[in-house]
Amino acid sequence: MSLLEIHEPGETPLPHAGEGTLAVGIDLGTTNSVVAISREGKPAALHDELGKALVPSVVAYPAAGGVLVGEEARLLTAREPKNVVASIKRLMGRGAADLHTVAGVLPYEIEPGTGQTDMVKLRIGGKARSPVEISAEILKALRLRAEAALEKPVERAVITVPAYFDDAARTATRDAARVAGLEVLRLVNEPTAAALAYGLDKGSEGLYAVYDLGGGTFDFSLLRLEKGVFQVLATGGDTALGGDDFDRAIAESMLAERTKDGLADVVDEGAVKAALALARVMKQQLSDRDHTSGRLELAGVPSFHTLTRPDFEGMISGGVKRTLDIARNVLSDADMKIEEVNGVVLVGGSTRVPLVRAEVAAMIGKPPLIDIDPDEVVALGAALQAEALTGGSETLLLDVTPLSLGLETMGGLVEKVVPRNTPIPVQLAQEFTTYQDGQSAMAIHVVQGEREMVEDCRSLARFELAGIPPMVAGAARIRVTFAVDADGLLTVSAEERTTGVAQRIEVKPSYGLSHDDMADMLYDSLDNAEEDVARRLIAEARVEARRGLLALDAALEKDGVLLSAEERGEIDTARTRLLTAIEGQDRDAITAAAEGLETLSKPFAERRMDRGIREALSGMSVNDLESRVGE
Amino acid sequence: MDHFARLGLPAALDLDAGTLDKAYFAGQRQWHPDRFVAKPPEERAKASTEAAALNDAYRTLKNPLDRAVYLAALKGVDLPGDGKTIDDPDLLMEAMEAREELEEAGTVRAVDALAAKVRGDFDKALKGLGSLFLANDKPAIRKALLRLRYLDKFGEEARARRTNIERGTG
Repeated sequence: MSLLEIHEPGETPLPHAGEGTLAVGIDLGTTNSVVAISREGKPAALHDELGKALVPSVVAYPAAGGVLVGEEARLLTAREPKNVVASIKRLMGRGAADLHTVAGVLPYEIEPGTGQTDMVKLRIGGKARSPVEISAEILKALRLRAEAALEKPVERAVITVPAYFDDAARTATRDAARVAGLEVLRLVNEPTAAALAYGLDKGSEGLYAVYDLGGGTFDFSLLRLEKGVFQVLATGGDTALGGDDFDRAIAESMLAERTKDGLADVVDEGAVKAALALARVMKQQLSDRDHTSGRLELAGVPSFHTLTRPDFEGMISGGVKRTLDIARNVLSDADMKIEEVNGVVLVGGSTRVPLVRAEVAAMIGKPPLIDIDPDEVVALGAALQAEALTGGSETLLLDVTPLSLGLETMGGLVEKVVPRNTPIPVQLAQEFTTYQDGQSAMAIHVVQGEREMVEDCRSLARFELAGIPPMVAGAARIRVTFAVDADGLLTVSAEERTTGVAQRIEVKPSYGLSHDDMADMLYDSLDNAEEDVARRLIAEARVEARRGLLALDAALEKDGVLLSAEERGEIDTARTRLLTAIEGQDRDAITAAAEGLETLSKPFAERRMDRGIREALSGMSVNDLESRVGE
Repeated sequence: MDHFARLGLPAALDLDAGTLDKAYFAGQRQWHPDRFVAKPPEERAKASTEAAALNDAYRTLKNPLDRAVYLAALKGVDLPGDGKTIDDPDLLMEAMEAREELEEAGTVRAVDALAAKVRGDFDKALKGLGSLFLANDKPAIRKALLRLRYLDKFGEEARARRTNIERGTG
């Protein structure tokens, strides 16, 4: 570990040791990627020989050998669909259950056996490849482009990620950079980077919103800009909502039209890719026109399709509405009103869709800011931050954690330790205790999400704190600490504090432990807020009842002889009734059964207390007692 | 070091948002990890710890209720940890009645009216804290804080109920 760290340029004690190499800003996008550099506060995107800044985020492993990235890779899609992969960002840190199909078919071939309890792998060009290594190819290409343009080695970068990326996806992005030979100076959230580019360029102050709809992800952030301080107040989003979904809707409609016309297509990976490629072209054309048409050829059979803008808008209106709902929730989280927003910055290629622009403008009540190219603005902000981190700057970027982090507690409930929108870095601890007498270990399950129940959140890591000394239930004090660093990455540690035995475990959550679609989680939590409260109340009643049962069982085992057979029978019946109630969903029934059992066992408790007093006195002789009585 | 001291602020209930921001930004200008990227590991670790403590302090003191609870704890007034326990019979009655009203509220307007009333109660109770702290009346402070916590939580529940009605699932 320490050997590795010595090689990190950021840790070099000499302040100017890094001067020979340059630090760039990289927007690693779902559809396109951009690399930029900033000098003296002036950021610029780096272009290829043809003057293009955008590198399509497409990687190909041609049959002829080698690796292609960008436009060249994309051009290979028609000829060798199985050797080309696009939109890999959607798979970063994700499992098989997170993937989206077109007409039931995935535009990827999944490596069998992956994506169940780990990150999914793809089979491309006859080989299993992880999203990390595929993303690394894109980063390598960007690095080469930067080195060619700057004529200097490039070894360090600020890389942007969607604000709503979870821990697994952030870790995967960092790993990809390592594979590409880049040291990550900082992972910066995309909307924050965009705000940085706008704020520094225009000198804007006040409350600004960033609406970032890319190819695969949506983010909405609310920032306060003030004298060089960029303070994120709240953020929200969906890591599985973007232009890709618009393409998918068009592609599915075209495939359905073919079926309706009696064409018997074999819809495979290649067919899906061809339909998606055409769909994207048609979508882009509808940004400037009212209708468009296209020709789709599958297995040599052509078909012709027309699409009007209203039809297209009908297909995507659900997705657009969802972005607006998320935006409203972010405002509510920050306790801000729409009227207080000074402006909204549009980021991401999908904000070129006229419906998106119109809806955002209508919600905010102001024309959106589009002065900086929405495809480049994130990379420009990243470049500014790279310069600030290596060269020093008066700019201060204060970001937040997008999703709540917590632990599983009794009854499958989530205890939140770090609430969403907490400024980072942050270190927060919470104490937990044991549930049973003599409990020697505690299972610690780290989850991320907004819902009340563990099963509805994303599981990040599980570990066990063992070696807790024997104590009565509730006496142990287990302190669990969550630390989120400035990159938004989490470390969890736990220790037992009563005994001074420093049982300390550190856990870095690894990716892909669970495949819950986390983008849906926050959204669901709104839909289900009432249901969640009800479930929490039931779970709490169950925990309370079980605790009573444990105590009763322990007492029965020790002092059961104090009860007559009849009394014991009554208690056993009440006990069974409570156990049945616990299995059910009726909170009142649980509470009533628990109270019934408590009433029945009250005389028993009193007798136990009497016996306890007698036992305390039993060490004394009759004479002792008499002499006391006589006193 | 307590949160007030960390930000160089007097330990008082009244705190102007602008003053807090200024103190917080100044602290982060000094300690944010972005300023330590090229520093040795031990300096970076220290910066990270300091920045995290500043964030914790800022987050706690920014919210008026959290600030009051924190200040009360400094004075030795402890509240039940889970924030849900209600051990005050008057409050229990108030809470039960309000919850019933919320359940009966079937329209967004009815929920909004109820939320506004509770919000008003919250603001009033918050204002009333000042004199209790001045008199250092610990039992009264405790009672008032428990009620404030409940009113705050009720606001959340009202928001959830409103969302559900809007979505037609309520």
